[in-house]
Amino acid sequence: MTDFTMKKDADGVAIVTWDVPGKSMNVLSLEGAAELGGLIDEALADEAVKGIVITSGKADFAGGMDLNVIAGMKQGGAQGVFDGVMGLHRLLRKIELAGMDPKTRAGGKPIASALPGTALGIGLELPLSTHRIFAADNPRARIGLPEIMVGIFPGAGGTTRLTRKLGAMMAAPFLLEGKLSDPKKAKAAGLIDEVAEDPVAAARAWVLSAKDADLVKPWDAKGYKMPGGEPFHPAGFMTFVGASAMVHGKTMGVYPAAKALLSAVYEGALVPFDQALKIEARWFTKVIMNPSSAAMIRSLFINKGALEKGANRPDAPDQTVRKVGILGAGMMGAGIAYVSAMAGIEVVLIDARQDAAERGKAYSENLLDKAISRKKATEEKKAEVLGRITATTDYAALEGCDLIVEAVFEDPAVKAEVTARAEAVIPQDAIFATNTSTLPISDLAKASKRPEQFIGIHFFSPVDKMALVEIIKGRETGPRAVAKALDFVRQIRKTPIVVNDARFFYANRCIIPYINEGVRMVAEGVNPVLIENAAKLMGMPLGPLQLVDETSIDLGVKIAKATRAAMGDAYPDDAVDEVLFWLADQGRLGRKSNAGFYAYDEAGKRQALWEGLDAKYPRAGEQPDLHEVQHRLMFAQTLEAVRALEEGVLEDIREGDVGAILGWGFAPWSGGPFSWLDMLGAARAARICDDLTARHGARFATPALLREMAARGDSFYDRFGAKRQAA
Amino acid sequence: MTDAYIYDAARTPRGKGRPDGSLHEVTSLALSARLLNAVKERNGLQGHAVEDVIWGNVTQVKEQGGCLARSAVLASDLDESIPGLSINRFCASGMEAVNLAANQVKGGAGQAYIAGGVEMMGRVAMGSDGAAIAVDPSLAMKTYFVPQGISADIIATEYGFSREEADALAVESQNRAGRAWDENRFARSIVPVLDQNGLIILDRDEYMRPGTTVEDLGKLKASFKDMGETMPGFDKVAMLKYPHLDHIEHIHHAGNSSGIVDGAAAVLIGNEEFGKAHGLKPRARIRATAKIGTDPTIMLTGPVPVTEKILADSGMSISDIDLFEVNEAFASVVLRFMQAFQVDPAKVNPNGGSIAMGHPLGATGAIIIGTLLDELERQDKQVGLATLCIASGMGAATIIERV
Repeated sequence: MTDFTMKKDADGVAIVTWDVPGKSMNVLSLEGAAELGGLIDEALADEAVKGIVITSGKADFAGGMDLNVIAGMKQGGAQGVFDGVMGLHRLLRKIELAGMDPKTRAGGKPIASALPGTALGIGLELPLSTHRIFAADNPRARIGLPEIMVGIFPGAGGTTRLTRKLGAMMAAPFLLEGKLSDPKKAKAAGLIDEVAEDPVAAARAWVLSAKDADLVKPWDAKGYKMPGGEPFHPAGFMTFVGASAMVHGKTMGVYPAAKALLSAVYEGALVPFDQALKIEARWFTKVIMNPSSAAMIRSLFINKGALEKGANRPDAPDQTVRKVGILGAGMMGAGIAYVSAMAGIEVVLIDARQDAAERGKAYSENLLDKAISRKKATEEKKAEVLGRITATTDYAALEGCDLIVEAVFEDPAVKAEVTARAEAVIPQDAIFATNTSTLPISDLAKASKRPEQFIGIHFFSPVDKMALVEIIKGRETGPRAVAKALDFVRQIRKTPIVVNDARFFYANRCIIPYINEGVRMVAEGVNPVLIENAAKLMGMPLGPLQLVDETSIDLGVKIAKATRAAMGDAYPDDAVDEVLFWLADQGRLGRKSNAGFYAYDEAGKRQALWEGLDAKYPRAGEQPDLHEVQHRLMFAQTLEAVRALEEGVLEDIREGDVGAILGWGFAPWSGGPFSWLDMLGAARAARICDDLTARHGARFATPALLREMAARGDSFYDRFGAKRQAA
Repeated sequence: MTDAYIYDAARTPRGKGRPDGSLHEVTSLALSARLLNAVKERNGLQGHAVEDVIWGNVTQVKEQGGCLARSAVLASDLDESIPGLSINRFCASGMEAVNLAANQVKGGAGQAYIAGGVEMMGRVAMGSDGAAIAVDPSLAMKTYFVPQGISADIIATEYGFSREEADALAVESQNRAGRAWDENRFARSIVPVLDQNGLIILDRDEYMRPGTTVEDLGKLKASFKDMGETMPGFDKVAMLKYPHLDHIEHIHHAGNSSGIVDGAAAVLIGNEEFGKAHGLKPRARIRATAKIGTDPTIMLTGPVPVTEKILADSGMSISDIDLFEVNEAFASVVLRFMQAFQVDPAKVNPNGGSIAMGHPLGATGAIIIGTLLDELERQDKQVGLATLCIASGMGAATIIERV
């Protein structure tokens, strides 16, 4: 099996083609890197070869590094990673210097890259080491360095080369935010050099005409100055001082990769290029060895990808959805209609009134108009998508639907009625899904004639933005229904988790205690600013009080009342309700009423926390320290995740971790609640719980599973991760 | 242990640290050398009269680089056998020079020293020597680095000082400085700056604006609001360190922060034998010295813990101190000091401070020791304490006692 092949033509151009067998997208393995190195050596030594073009045999250039490479390097500890990365640096530096005389920089062979499509990660770092980059005019191609999104940073010279090429300020969006560009934008930004109809032909022509000076990178030429100024140049100084502050403020200091990247850029900017590569390798090694980065890669790359590819899909024939019926054209139904139509699925959007159904369809029109104004869509695309949506009151239009998603008012009677009306029309083998967020699936399934074809598909709001979909199996839900839901989620390009039926399923089950713990602290007289900042300092996107303002306080009241009714005397959250009910009673319902835990200005912009909180709940003289507040907020969520696993609501901790990050933004740096507990260690986590229980009550009681793991020195991924992956 | 005495304290007037400032034409070297000459002449120093010249200076690059202390000795009329030591403890450099010299004398390493410092802020820009703590991400993030102005605003927010209080302090500083000049209270210390022909370049602090009112200051825009709230957003970094703060009150501006000026100061320190040998009468004893490190983010609260330390080390209490010099780096620094020790504002900076007259970084520590001594003599009081806040989170203090 060869990943790279080389053909030399009569003009003396060696075309190196990257085409990893058996994969739709090239990824670089160590074997592949060695092959490439061998071919470059051969071409440089061959007097008949005048220049080299590196391209791909696939529609795209490359998707990145084979993650097994990093896992393999890690076997050798920090030294193994460092040595492995330095090996890559030597390969890319060999390409960059291309056999030229080290003193005169003359006599090298031109090497160009020709990108037919997407080029990500090492797929761009390799071209950056060549002398000129040509990309096909392919608007679907994505070019960039997205490593930071999974908790690492470009470690094969991308950080050092891009910083020296563009300057620290201009390189920042690509390195620090993982910004991706299409070929035209990539050229405008200076990531690549040319956009060409036939990039291989253009690259070939270029290598045949290139002069010695065309091969010398600016940083290898005499008198190189970093664009925008190096760190002790007056302008560069301001850039670097500002960069630390911006990154620190934006990441709350919890993402080791962002810090390491910035250090690699700063320290590298002060030394010659080859020293900078060594510095980059040392910081990259540090990040790879950091447990947070490992957890982020595992959850956000490996496991998210596995879940999207159907890791937990039952064995069933293809269930691709062709026509979906959506019952209820409110905010959720309208959103589901939009993402379905965007995925090419025919949509029947039903509401009790025609104008309501039309409004639901208009939601898609608005989103498409916005996309057009941002040049992300065209009028043709809009017409095509809207053409797939039929807005009607007529249940007969559901004829031929293979999937129904019910998104009507959260009332069992209303849901039962629409279930019956739909089932009267749809094919026998259609799957019926409910988008309930609060009602047990098994109870709703009683209204269905075919409970094994009845399932929960819980979307998050707003549907077009939120990446997670929670699929809930009722007691009688059959495997084909699960496969259908998973195939549907894959069509609409979201990430699924599959859980069992229990109060609030998985995500809401964990979010509610998080909010409640924050509200409870308000009642205790804890400074609300400290509560909110403590959460953000743990990497939560929203503090609990802001979150309840966003989701609305009256919803909180409604959930509290329903929960109290279900639990009776065992209900534990009176202290929370006192605060929520007090706010709701005076019309402070959150963002939607421009008043909640926060004050808002007339335009609806959030201001400071509302002063009235202090008057009603005076600050306690002694305030808890930051860690105490953080432990309370984190364990409120995390213990609920553990309980969901213990009770069998969650069947796979990978889903628990991925779902938490995508569903409610659980501290992404941690890799999710189970990864976080593994990082803490079960013994330490159990000690913290015992301590919290002693001071704050039984809601922090250490779950039996965690205690047992603490005793045995187990971790969640050792115990549950491997078994699942073997299965 | 030998006692260390102050025999003389001298300073130049402070010039505006701008291209149109009166001292802008004078080099750091020349200003230093001329002040050293004045100390030599005023005290009749001949040959190897002092062990060393310890010269505080913050921005040690270009004309202030290359051990300016040694260059200044060589440019002056002092004997070449006297070496020269440039030191940098940011804003307390001049005080640290005095404290080092005093402790050398106390320990028996030589009989006398000239200690002081210089800063030509209009000629060598503050910050132009670089600073790892600001620019190296590994340290900037570890220490939650924010610029000093943001730190001063954090103090105001954390300890509850309003813009009005800060402005009132600034107006008082201007008025006290104006009165001090009107009554010639600085006469004993001031050494006019002369050119090579003996012509006067500057003989009076020129940065002051006596008569400034709270209304005048009310019109000034907060200096650190933009960098705090928008680009690059230092307030967020501050709140990472101080998560109980909802926002930072930006109360400081050019009128209630210390002025950017040029100037130099020197103090002659020696033991008893030195005085006898040169026929000099000691003016005060350096009773205690102290320095301390504090949280680098809020950065400028050092005067409080360093004062607690110097009092504890010397077995004194705050009520033993008759007068205070607390460097007016920013109004909130002085407000915090007065709040912490509940001292009578009349006893703190009775002749104004750096807000009115300016803060030539490397010199100020020596200036305020001289100012303190002059005022103790004028009021016929005994014990004074001088203290400064210091960049990167430090504090320094000196207690002097008239003899």
